[in-house]
Amino acid sequence: MVDFFEAFRTAVRLILDLDADLVEIVLLSLRVSLTALVPAVLIGMPLGAFVAIRAFPLRRVVVVFMSALMALPPVVVGLAVYVVLSRAGPLGNLGLLFTPTAMVIAQAILIAPIIASLTRQTVADLWEEYEEQLRSLGASRLGAIPTLLWEGRYRLVTTTLAGLGRAIAEVGAVIIVGGNIAHATRVMTTAIALETSKGDLVLAMGLGLVLIALSLFINAVAFWIQDLAQRVEA
Amino acid sequence: METPARTLLPIELEDVGYAVRKARPLVGVSGVFSQGPLTVVIGPNGAGKSVLLRLCHGLLEPSSGKIRLGLETREDRIRAQAMVFQRPVLLRRSAAANVDYALKLRGVSAADRPGRVRAALEAAGLGSVASRAARVLSGGEQQRLAIARAWALRPEVLFLDEPTASLDPQAVQHIEGLVRSIHRSGTKVIMTTHDLGQAKRLADEIWFLHRGRLVECAAAEEFFRSPATSEAQTFLEGKLLL
Amino acid sequence: MRWLWVVLSLWLCVAGSGEARAAEDRFITLVSTTSTDNSGLLDHLLPRFRAASGIQVRSVVVGTGQALRIARNGDADVLLVHDRASEEKFVADGFGTERFDVMYNEFILLGPKSDPAGIRGLTDAAAALAKLAGVEAVFVSRGDDSGTHKAELRLWKAASIDPVEDSGRWYRETGSGMGATLNTAAALDGYALSDRATWLTFRNPGDLTILVEGDARLRNPYGVIAVSATRHPHVKLADAQRFVAWLTGPAGQAAIAAFRLEGQVLFHPNAARPD
Repeated sequence: MVDFFEAFRTAVRLILDLDADLVEIVLLSLRVSLTALVPAVLIGMPLGAFVAIRAFPLRRVVVVFMSALMALPPVVVGLAVYVVLSRAGPLGNLGLLFTPTAMVIAQAILIAPIIASLTRQTVADLWEEYEEQLRSLGASRLGAIPTLLWEGRYRLVTTTLAGLGRAIAEVGAVIIVGGNIAHATRVMTTAIALETSKGDLVLAMGLGLVLIALSLFINAVAFWIQDLAQRVEA
Repeated sequence: METPARTLLPIELEDVGYAVRKARPLVGVSGVFSQGPLTVVIGPNGAGKSVLLRLCHGLLEPSSGKIRLGLETREDRIRAQAMVFQRPVLLRRSAAANVDYALKLRGVSAADRPGRVRAALEAAGLGSVASRAARVLSGGEQQRLAIARAWALRPEVLFLDEPTASLDPQAVQHIEGLVRSIHRSGTKVIMTTHDLGQAKRLADEIWFLHRGRLVECAAAEEFFRSPATSEAQTFLEGKLLL
Repeated sequence: MRWLWVVLSLWLCVAGSGEARAAEDRFITLVSTTSTDNSGLLDHLLPRFRAASGIQVRSVVVGTGQALRIARNGDADVLLVHDRASEEKFVADGFGTERFDVMYNEFILLGPKSDPAGIRGLTDAAAALAKLAGVEAVFVSRGDDSGTHKAELRLWKAASIDPVEDSGRWYRETGSGMGATLNTAAALDGYALSDRATWLTFRNPGDLTILVEGDARLRNPYGVIAVSATRHPHVKLADAQRFVAWLTGPAGQAAIAAFRLEGQVLFHPNAARPD
């Protein structure tokens, strides 16, 4: 069966050789997930902050809903995006299905709730500490949002990286809306799924190890930023 | 007819009470904060000192009674006052940026801000740490920065809630000096403390609170020489006031 | 503040990479089945077509059932699958222009080397299946509405057996692709129907081996259809038709015939007028 060490050696060889296909796949993965991160952050963070500090009817419901969306099944998101972007669907005339853009949309939908939820937690904690001071200085609740987001910047970087980690490791949505087209929409996770389906478990594991290494790297960066923040700005 | 320049003072409290669920941290307080004396609010822990300050500052709304201020709009009221809290809440940025942030919120123009930031920091003896991150300053420096930030706003009234709690004597001395010079500059200072010595050193006027009630309100000299109530007497003797 | 700019410019570098290149390509979207892709046939054919026409073909690889649905929605320009009945229905429903024969490959019946049901060497595939059902040997089915799955169901029907009644017992439906199904069969020491191409490229055979082959009913014909522009005006009909013409013409047919995997011919060209 699968020799774990052989898989490991394959992975190391793929990385060291800078195998052209591998590099292309890794770059596309990064490009798609980093692009998805932008709308997810631009929507998720202000939304999370708003829910954190603004009292409104059904706020608890919204909070629970947001937390539930964190665990949104990628396949369902993929299917929904597929139905919408398909030529037979409402946005079919954009011709986005089976393009990296479709993958970006699916991933953004997947991670925006994660970013919103984690941001809400961060900002709610900060608001407890800052509320009196900011009100005393004359800041309105809405006006306090940018300040609080900036005050929580180090934790929010971690939040963002958590979103990136989820996006890059996700397969269910991108394989449906991207189609795993070689040299066009093939990313790490869909390539792993493909190699597994070919029974080439060694290559699949090799790619998997690359993915794990990347996740480790992302998390290390997040940890490093937090650590740095604690030392520099307390 | 000419309208005279309006001021926030006097702050008149009429039978002011504050209740939250079952607790009533403040009951039926009436009195006037007027221009002139440096007012120190004293009393044992839990007497309602902080609640009184927050009510006057507008952070809390009284549950009963009325607080009358000289200014009408929320905007004008916010502009006329500032508050320093027991634990300084500093933003995660440099000392200078903390002051700048407050000035910006009050709509001070970008051209005027650097000068006022520098002046406020110098006055608080923080000129040399202006570019340091606020949160890595020592406890005393942090509280001075909070005061400098409030003072930079040039408020008519400055509230200070236990500004020297848990600071070492040197830092306390530094801050008391700062408070005096703020008072001398014409800003009305209303502060709380549970440190009798500090009250003696700073106060022109004493408000003595006990169990949410204003028990005594007198000129400082008179209060410390011959307190009118037995509660104040017990408190001044350093005994436990139950 | 400075670190924010660093992060932002890093993002721009990565997010912007490759964007320009992707935009300038002239391409059509082909939806095809696992067998053509996993065998390497598409990698063999598509560059040759591109060299001849300048058109890039982007292939989405799924089961035949899903392939037909994707094409039905107008999400592909051309279809290369292997289930004649649904292909003809697809054209009759007005979604495709016309179906052309392209080639065929063969299905094979796989099982553990020990062959507990004793079907090795049978030449009648339906009889072999009947034998399997008789002893309730584990059979792993695609169960995914793919061409292979449908071919398998036709064989069961020829044997007058409805295995779906025993689904979950000895009859296991994976609902996934050929490779995943073979992985499962290998793990369960079960029997399975596969196309020869996927089998030859499969890298995790375990104890599986070919037990039955050569029955005429195991022939697996492929058809190619350009998606109709009547229902979906956006499809690239002209380019798609060029691909169809090339594939069924002498150049394409010769390329299919020349394709070898481990020395074996996998796909036999059978377009109506190969020359």
